[in-house]
Amino acid sequence: MIEISNLTKMYGDQTAVNNISFSVKKGEIVGFLGPNGAGKSTTMKIITCYMPPTSGDVKVGGLDAREQSLEVRRMIGYLPEANPLYVEMNVIDFLFYIADLRSVPKDRQNGRIRDLIELCGLGDVLHKDIGQLSKGYRQRVGLAQAMIHEPAILILDEPTIGLDPNQVLDIRSLIKRLGQEKTVILSTHIMTEVEATCDRVIIINKGSLVADGPISDLQHDFAGKAVITIELLNPGTGVDKILAKIPGIEDAREIYDPSGAKLYRLVAAPGKDPRPDIFDTAVTLKWTIIGMSRETRSLEELFHQLTTTNGKR
Amino acid sequence: MDKQFTNILPIFKREMKFYFDSPMAYVVIIIFLLFSGWFFTSNFFMVAQADLRVIFGIIPFVYLFVTPALTMRLIAEERKNGTMELLVTMPISDFSIVLGKYLAAVVLLAAMVLPTLLYAITVAGLGDMDFGSTIAGFIGLILLGSAYLAIGTYGSSLTDNQVIAFIVSWLMVFFFFILDKILFFLPAWMVSPVEYMSLEYHFQNIARGVIDTRDVIYYLSLMTLALFLASRSLAARRWR
Repeated sequence: MIEISNLTKMYGDQTAVNNISFSVKKGEIVGFLGPNGAGKSTTMKIITCYMPPTSGDVKVGGLDAREQSLEVRRMIGYLPEANPLYVEMNVIDFLFYIADLRSVPKDRQNGRIRDLIELCGLGDVLHKDIGQLSKGYRQRVGLAQAMIHEPAILILDEPTIGLDPNQVLDIRSLIKRLGQEKTVILSTHIMTEVEATCDRVIIINKGSLVADGPISDLQHDFAGKAVITIELLNPGTGVDKILAKIPGIEDAREIYDPSGAKLYRLVAAPGKDPRPDIFDTAVTLKWTIIGMSRETRSLEELFHQLTTTNGKR
Repeated sequence: MDKQFTNILPIFKREMKFYFDSPMAYVVIIIFLLFSGWFFTSNFFMVAQADLRVIFGIIPFVYLFVTPALTMRLIAEERKNGTMELLVTMPISDFSIVLGKYLAAVVLLAAMVLPTLLYAITVAGLGDMDFGSTIAGFIGLILLGSAYLAIGTYGSSLTDNQVIAFIVSWLMVFFFFILDKILFFLPAWMVSPVEYMSLEYHFQNIARGVIDTRDVIYYLSLMTLALFLASRSLAARRWR
């Protein structure tokens, strides 16, 4: 559906996007992840024909974004990062205006806009000026705007920014639902968002692609050490030293907890699960375990590792 | 390559709505009519001729200030608010965006000039009037004003600041306005080409009652050039 090859964008002598290639299949939800200034928005602006690349090719639905830009724009619904809207228009007039700009046939506009009002929860603010709306409502207007012509491709630049936690969940489930039939690219720097909504993640840093693949694969590839947290009831002293001697544990230390609970954080060696050994040790030493949990490397850590060391795989 | 003419109607309609839903249009029309009316009546009885030469002499000058005010926000405002990003990612060509906005300004200009036909009716009651040259004069006024507006649209496309858009447009329009007033200072070989470039020279030709294709072509090519430049400057995001 979207094919990007050797895409480079320079702003003056600054490289915003550096030789990126990837492709997105129909029906995929792709999360575009990267720190601020990584080149996410720039790449999206190029796909949506806001600006052309310095070099490289963008093909959308088999059409070249430069040569057949109008056709490409027809296929795409776009929510820009700043979500610019006409503040002096009211919501309903704005939606009809966009429907006109998108050449949605007159006889289908009413029905389409009614659907979107319900989908995006805009019923209460229809006749308010956009300038008076809260950020959350504006974001929903922006989403409605992007979907008005039932595009095959949705490009959403930070779609959940400025929303409260409930709205974030709403929008995520909306995106997931849309993703069943549409191709979606969304950018974010919130890791949980990608884990919650996307099939696949593309991580870029400083304009270069550093990782691309299904989330589970990435976690597997980059995963290594699991972290185990245990809570004990009134153990003696020197517990951390004893724990550190258990095979398969690389590091153990007590973590301070203001409520007085005795918590220990253990780092397991790659591919090892020392929990049974921990249990056995506790039994022999008559410790009472009241909590034990194991976490694998989260996408958040993965992201941190990939984008701070600037290391390629 | 993409086609240049796409759906301009929604853009045109929105601009019209903006002009006439706000006090903008009415204020500009009233100021225009006050100025032209005052200049018209204050000289009319001294000239004692049943024609509109006075008004045709003064309106190009009033245009100089009114037209940049009509066009200053057209593109500059969209740039400032960032809505240009929304607009240019719609399936609408840059040229159509410019054209839709420009045509709305032209309609407003026509609505502004049309009431001055009342002067013509008044004058017609007072003596023999040359209807041919009067009609030609009004057509000329619209053409002249449209050329000013096209230049103003270009001015508005250059910046995201409306005040700067006004000043830049004013300077550009003033350049074309002043050309036929400085012919006296020019060497003989320059007179004819400079005169041809001047906005008002062609208008005065038309106002004499002869709609010559050369004059019409001058205006049309000036408008096309200015609008083309404006659409190029929309695309200037592409140079970055």
